[in-house]
Amino acid sequence: MDEKKKKIIKTIKIDIDKCNGCRACEVICSAFHAAPKYSGNNPARSRIRVIRDPLRDVYVPVHAGEYAVAECAGRDKYTIDGKEYDECSFCRASCPSRDEFKEPDSGLPLKCDMCESDPDISEPLCVQWCLNDALTYEEREEEVEEEVKQEDMEIGLESLADKYGLDKIMDAVARMSESKKD
Amino acid sequence: MRYAETGFNLEVDLTRGNIERVETDPGDTELYMGGLGTNTKILWERVSPEAEPFSPENLLIFGAGLLCGTPATGCNRTIVSTISPQTRLMAFSMMGGFWAPELKYAGYDKVILRGKSPDLVYLWINNDKVEIRDASHLQGKGAVETAELIQQELNEPKAQVAAIGLAGENRVYFASIEQGKSSASRGGIGAVMGDKGLKAIAVRGTKDIHIARPAEFMELCNEVLKYIKVREENPIPGVMPILAGLGSPQEMKVHDEKWHTENFMWGNSRIRRKGFWNEEVAKEWTETMENAKTRLVSCYNCPMECGATISIPGLPTYMMKCFTKLTYTMAAMSDLDFGLRIAQRATEYGVDGFSAPQVMAFAIELYENGILTDDDLPGWPSDSEGRFYWLLDRIVRREGIGDVLANGTYWAAKEIGKGAEAYAHNNIKKHEQLPLKLSMLNPIYFLMYSTGEKINITQIEGQFPQAPFPKREQREAFVKDWFQVPDEKFKQYFLDWELRGENSIPYYPTVEMTCDIVDWQERMHYIDDALGMCSGLSSFPLKPPYHIHNYPKFISSGAGIDMDEAKLTQAARRYRTLVRAVNISRGMRRKDDKVPENHWKKRFPELEKELLDAYYKLKGWNNEGIPTKESLHELGLDYVSEEFVKRGILKDSEDASSEEASAVTEKT
Repeated sequence: MDEKKKKIIKTIKIDIDKCNGCRACEVICSAFHAAPKYSGNNPARSRIRVIRDPLRDVYVPVHAGEYAVAECAGRDKYTIDGKEYDECSFCRASCPSRDEFKEPDSGLPLKCDMCESDPDISEPLCVQWCLNDALTYEEREEEVEEEVKQEDMEIGLESLADKYGLDKIMDAVARMSESKKD
Repeated sequence: MRYAETGFNLEVDLTRGNIERVETDPGDTELYMGGLGTNTKILWERVSPEAEPFSPENLLIFGAGLLCGTPATGCNRTIVSTISPQTRLMAFSMMGGFWAPELKYAGYDKVILRGKSPDLVYLWINNDKVEIRDASHLQGKGAVETAELIQQELNEPKAQVAAIGLAGENRVYFASIEQGKSSASRGGIGAVMGDKGLKAIAVRGTKDIHIARPAEFMELCNEVLKYIKVREENPIPGVMPILAGLGSPQEMKVHDEKWHTENFMWGNSRIRRKGFWNEEVAKEWTETMENAKTRLVSCYNCPMECGATISIPGLPTYMMKCFTKLTYTMAAMSDLDFGLRIAQRATEYGVDGFSAPQVMAFAIELYENGILTDDDLPGWPSDSEGRFYWLLDRIVRREGIGDVLANGTYWAAKEIGKGAEAYAHNNIKKHEQLPLKLSMLNPIYFLMYSTGEKINITQIEGQFPQAPFPKREQREAFVKDWFQVPDEKFKQYFLDWELRGENSIPYYPTVEMTCDIVDWQERMHYIDDALGMCSGLSSFPLKPPYHIHNYPKFISSGAGIDMDEAKLTQAARRYRTLVRAVNISRGMRRKDDKVPENHWKKRFPELEKELLDAYYKLKGWNNEGIPTKESLHELGLDYVSEEFVKRGILKDSEDASSEEASAVTEKT
């Protein structure tokens, strides 16, 4: 059985009333995660998205969460303060039903990593760049079951395997390693 | 690899329906930066001085600034350049919002439109896929409405749409191009878009913008953000609230309108209402604004909240910013509720919030003075508000008198005759100005008004305080952390500037100082317009985060172009001179560099002459305002002087043209 461990839970608090829809969070997120770091930027690669519908006053910053293999069977609509929010407005998943949180060229899923990096930075960059405090950062300690952290590449491979089947992926990898030998 | 820019323009021939992706010359970027700079180069090369604004030959260029799409805060402006139907000179109105960065992510720096489409169309740019689509079903639709409909039919809620309304379709000389909370309004560029049969451009992009030296660039970005925070926490003491902070004047946030309502003119820029602002008005207007406003909103990648979503029960939602809040209210001698209501309709129609109210107030004045009669205005209401709606509806449809008024006060007055010209009293270069009438000539503003080729005072002023601070201690405190100055001498200019006595206007700042101040202010605006930076974080407010000392570093590390202050100053001077050259080739001369006669009560013709002479000299222009061969050569613009000589504008042997230049062609 897994042992209980103390863990820091990193929380980004989102106050949608303070969001002005500027998308600075998307800008800095995509710049930070560019390779090499800051070498470029592209909001379509961002792991945070502001779901915007300005004329209906809908502004919802959402961080990318776990990759979902399939879309939800049923979908919800929310009404808050008389405003209707679309079915996926608050969802963090990279899933087949929409193009959020996918790399634009490969379609691979994106996931917020809280800007974990070496050396450590004080707060995720989307929080640092949100001068209007729609995004604020909090850490709290919790006891949790220990889990194996799934690396980015693994998440990506898994989603490809789901899409194309493991055999095809293995074939492709074999072919690629052959061609690299030339 | 190209950095900061994409290195590609989209060339669209609307006559033939041809679309090409064309690689640009990196050498041009080095000389003209991007945005306005390269827009101007293209206009100079491809639109002849004889080309009519409403002709297939006229270009309509949507240019993203050089640094748009990079993480540089507030860099999101689209610079739209064309030949204006109203001034018949180069127009380069701009808009913030989200369009320019999206264009960059789609892989283009500019969209260059030529020709005319036989049917109403819109352009859909989706990364590499670009198509001209039928827009007949959008004919007559509002600009905001159009954007929504296009997003829906493309199923692309993230597409950014710049669209015209009915005013643009009907070639109203002050039609705007609208895009979310932003619009490119001045100079009638929406009319050129309508003339080309183009209802909208929708764009969606998901590609990368690259940075040449990332670590250095990001450090600069972070410094700017940090400074914005500091500056917002420390408003400048001693100036009115809307000028104390950063951003566009914070009209959506600030409720105290004493300054505007009592110092700006009402009606057709006629009446000053001292004592207008009282507790009752303050309470009523604050309530109106608070009830109408649902949220303060920003442009792309900018923490300033200069705009607001306005939702008035029973009316469609729209977005507003800045001084449009009051232009309709004051022109109609009405209240804020009326102003916000009619602005909704005006935004859908797509008209300039400065010119449109003034044109309508002008019509009312003509009626009151018997120049327009009931025959011209059949069945129009008796109240001012009703008349405004009546006029607006007819102007954008060019119906009856609306067809005449749709050309703006200058051309309308000419057509109406009967002394109407005296009522078109607030124009510069045929373009309606802010409703301001003041007492004592201010030498700085005199030069800015006369020579600013954006023909809008807000697009040249900034950086240097508008008025002296009463006490020396206040001035000393102000200059202490004024590191944005390009030269220490500006601090001294300001320190010695007094409200009264020898060192006060009109003779202080001296002619020489005035020229320096105006040149600095203008330079910063031109740099912004090439980089795509919002003037609200740069050239407009006092002590801005972007300035002549950090801009070269942004360009070097961002775009990978070696840049220093001297080289950047020279580049700005180059394309500023080229704007002048375009206008000179279209007939503009010294006689056009003038302020409305009644702008100041106290005028000083000799001083004014001296100011213009000295400023022209500093700019490298001859006494007619024509760039000299020598200065053109120094800027690498020999191609301009060759053309000027060929056209007899400059003589081979001397600089000044001896001939009296013909007036800007006055054809409609």
